[in-house]
Amino acid sequence: MRQWLLMLGLLASGLVSAADEPGRTPRPVIERAAQGAQCVAPAAEMRRNHMDLLKHQRDDTVRGGIRGAKYSLKDCIDCHASKTTGSVAKTQDNFCVACHSYAAVTIDCFECHSAKPRSVAQQGSK
Amino acid sequence: MTAATDKPESSSRRAWLGSAAGVAAAGLGGAMLAPGIRLVELAQAATPASTAGASPKVRWGLLIDTTKCAGGCTDCVSACNTENGLNGGTRATDAQWIRKVEIKQVRTGRSASLPVMCQHCAEPPCVDVCPTGASFKRADGIVLVDRHTCIGCRYCMMACPYKARSFVHEDLRDQKPDVPRGKGCVESCTLCVHRLDRGERTTACAEACTKAGHGAIVFGDLNDEASEIARRVREVSSTQLRADLSLDPGVRYHGI
Repeated sequence: MRQWLLMLGLLASGLVSAADEPGRTPRPVIERAAQGAQCVAPAAEMRRNHMDLLKHQRDDTVRGGIRGAKYSLKDCIDCHASKTTGSVAKTQDNFCVACHSYAAVTIDCFECHSAKPRSVAQQGSK
Repeated sequence: MTAATDKPESSSRRAWLGSAAGVAAAGLGGAMLAPGIRLVELAQAATPASTAGASPKVRWGLLIDTTKCAGGCTDCVSACNTENGLNGGTRATDAQWIRKVEIKQVRTGRSASLPVMCQHCAEPPCVDVCPTGASFKRADGIVLVDRHTCIGCRYCMMACPYKARSFVHEDLRDQKPDVPRGKGCVESCTLCVHRLDRGERTTACAEACTKAGHGAIVFGDLNDEASEIARRVREVSSTQLRADLSLDPGVRYHGI
């Protein structure tokens, strides 16, 4: 009985240590937001639910004309655009791409939406 | 085994557990979730400072005075292109939200020049034919394409009697943050919906036409009796393009 428990304990500790190790793929380095001290929700909630929050609000905005609500893609980009590239999706270490390439998620937000903050995009177009 | 217990619950289950706990707390302790935290405060904290959205009382429209619209003038077209990030090309594969059309009556020789954009019909045929529901009419009468659901089938382009819609054939870059556009979707004049939602009361074309001194385009709320467009429509004769189709466009023309 004691041996069984010992084995179970070893197994559990093995699992925990396996979860902590980075594995073959390096963990994404998430760039800190360039501006803004506080995100609209805690980081853990944003990491898990940002896609649902954005999708929910996009229908209100496009179809209902409700703008300026809490979970705005433009607001995400304004804070999280890289200081070096001025974009959230230009290079592999930019905010959106860093995690999505690690998680093998292909998004097409930026085929239509500007990946640059409003201030940078307006300067570039003039 | 700790790994198994850390497994994330689905968000809907979480939300249900959260609300169930809230209801239980409300029943027991006068809507107190924890000492000092009540449901109402959480709800107030979550309410964002967002705009009210499109109102069904409003009917946005344009009145175009063709007697003031000069042939060859493209001020409204270039203002639209700049505002919305269009490249300004006029090839068959370029997106054009406003086209300048020259018309001439054969018998009398009288000619007129007029901008033709999405007419923002009250009974839009593009909405009727859309197989995915991407083409839709907002509560305030603006007809739009929801690019999230548009599959680029172009039925709406076939259905539109005004040739108002364009298909984006090529990859785009450096779009305006206010005007997302992309390959594979149909698009057309939005009556500068991003401006209206911000609270501005003019479109890029009307603003440019007024600024250049032509004053041929008036934008406003057709339902508001006090607005300039409602007054002008009341006082001068105006017509809708292809009025025989009974689509009731929001864009009206004077002098044709």
